[in-house]
Amino acid sequence: MSFVTLARIQKSFGHAAVVKDFTLAVERGEFVTFLGPSGCGKTTILRMIAGFEQPSAGVIRIGGRDVTHLRANRRAIGMVFQAYALFPNMTVARNIGFGLKVAGKPAAEIEARVAEMLALIKLPDLAGRYPHQLSGGQQQRVSLARALAPNPQILLLDEPLSALDARIRVALREDIRALQRKLGITTIFVTHDQEEALSISDRIVVMHAGAIEQVGTPAEVYNRPKTRFVASFVGTLNTFAGVVADPAAGALRLGETTIFTRAPIEGARAGETRMLALRPEALSLEGAADGANALRVVIEDASFLGAVVRLKARFGDTILLADVFNAVGLALPQPGETVELSFRREDVIVLEGD
Amino acid sequence: MTSAPAASRRIRLPDWAAWLGVAPFFVFAAMFLIAPTAWLLVGAFQDGDGAFTLANFVRLGQPSIRLSYALSLEISAASAALGALFGLALALAALRGGLPEWVRPTLMTFSGVASNFAGVPLAFAFMATLGRLGLVTVLLRTLGVDLYAHGFNVLTFWGLTITYLYFQIPLMVLVVTPAIDGLRREWKEAAETLGASAFQYWRMIALPVLWPSALGAALLLFANAFGAIATAYALTGSSFNIAPILLYAQIRGDVLHDPNLGYAVAVGMLAITGLTNLAYLALRSRTERLR
Ligand SMILES: Nc1ncnc2c1ncn2[C@@H]1O[C@H](COP(=O)(O)OP(=O)(O)OP(=O)(O)O)[C@@H](O)[C@H]1O
Ligand SMILES: [Mg+2]
Repeated sequence: MSFVTLARIQKSFGHAAVVKDFTLAVERGEFVTFLGPSGCGKTTILRMIAGFEQPSAGVIRIGGRDVTHLRANRRAIGMVFQAYALFPNMTVARNIGFGLKVAGKPAAEIEARVAEMLALIKLPDLAGRYPHQLSGGQQQRVSLARALAPNPQILLLDEPLSALDARIRVALREDIRALQRKLGITTIFVTHDQEEALSISDRIVVMHAGAIEQVGTPAEVYNRPKTRFVASFVGTLNTFAGVVADPAAGALRLGETTIFTRAPIEGARAGETRMLALRPEALSLEGAADGANALRVVIEDASFLGAVVRLKARFGDTILLADVFNAVGLALPQPGETVELSFRREDVIVLEGD
Repeated sequence: MTSAPAASRRIRLPDWAAWLGVAPFFVFAAMFLIAPTAWLLVGAFQDGDGAFTLANFVRLGQPSIRLSYALSLEISAASAALGALFGLALALAALRGGLPEWVRPTLMTFSGVASNFAGVPLAFAFMATLGRLGLVTVLLRTLGVDLYAHGFNVLTFWGLTITYLYFQIPLMVLVVTPAIDGLRREWKEAAETLGASAFQYWRMIALPVLWPSALGAALLLFANAFGAIATAYALTGSSFNIAPILLYAQIRGDVLHDPNLGYAVAVGMLAITGLTNLAYLALRSRTERLR
């Protein structure tokens, strides 16, 4: 049985349904990320797991035990907030030791654990500082140590990196992940940054308007988005409509051109319109290999980004973005030029719904 | 093209223009702070003929003046301590007690008005209710309770202290509200997830974070009460011996008229108020570091 289960959770504030029928199982030691735009209910779900909010319906279990109505201070959960959550009247050491102190642990044990945690977060010299004497990144490290010190069952992180600047953000997220692996602690991480979610997670829960759009590994969510929302939210994506020509052969017509998918198009009938998606990096200038698809497009713009060159190309009414590698000797197409963009069959994503 | 010429084209004000901008502040300070203080200081070191003397300060040591200072300090301290305590409790209840939404704005508006409800109107209200022939006094007497027989009197230490509480409590509410609002929800929730009870949160985090602000506010109340003459004078006439009234009597009074002694009394009060304010500022800078 899964370690944390959320069964048909709903939450309304007044008349506003903020979380709608949310069901999820998280395995022991797993790192799960809630990814979604602002206001989609990520924090609300986290707060229900922590015990700060009561679900309007549904059951929350941790380690097989129903905790839906258990008080927050009985749940043995570690939580890291976005910012400024350290106790300002306490030193770093006393912040980290707080959970053990209220649990009535002896001073010597607290001291040893604090030293251990300080070493884990790589800030062994800051024990005597006050929060206002720390940088934002250091504060978040201390918050993490404080949350982990009492050995919680679950670690919850609500956008812990979003108040930091880009470079620190990347370094800290790698450290968080390394620490999580080392301790094997079940972790739920909230972010609206897709790159962060892709880089850090075992599984990603993509949310939209209080409901789950897709649950999957980073590769699944990125390469095989199920819905248009997921496709557009995770990474940059070209979307366009195609008319199903032969579902069994995976053939679709885009205007005059026929393209093929890797597999038969399930549940589709000939003549139906389907939304298709292509990653910019799936498109190539290097002529179509056997069985690959090709589109004749007019280049509108080419911008040099270093390792890649981003092309803006027009195909009929659709603007396609293509990221091509900047190989030495590559002749960049000029605006106005007509070129052929090729892509493999397996790169064509057929989205559910419209 | 570039921004450099634009920057150099920006009008550069000469230094005197910058000073002109803050001139009203200096004029204000000079007229209402520096000049009167200088006037007091000079006067306090002069005798009736304008010659230099330390006699006025020596006379501050005479029993009647010492007593009036002591009484003023006691009333100020008592009304500040009680005002701070009740005000803090009231503000905490209204802001963090889970009371209905309308409580907060109502309390704030009331406090804004009531904290200014000092002086003659307040004194009158007190005499009209709790004076010897006041409404409440008379009502209680018809019910068989004689306040005055139990030693109550508006014109006493406790009478004045309680009267002062009527503006001290609302003032405290106004002054500590920002500090209470500064208690972040994350602190409470972090404490909770770490296993702390509500009591532990208040004892180990909220109150330690609040106390410098609360103490600072109490000092402000102290200075406020110490300077309040109008209420006391209107309530007691010149019959009650506290420092502001003594001061008033020396400068204005018919019997005791001695302006120079009055100046010395004022300088003493100024020193006490000034010290209180310094302590307040020191505490406040400490509070700011706690954010
Ligand atoms: N206590 C509350 N009362 C009323 N509405 C609330 C409350 N808390 C959250 N909401 C609403 O619920 C919705 C979801 O909020 P939530 O904070 O869970 O979003 P989020 O996904 O965490 O967004 P963000 O990325 O901006 O943090 C929002 O529309 C918000 O306005
Ligand atoms: Mg949020």
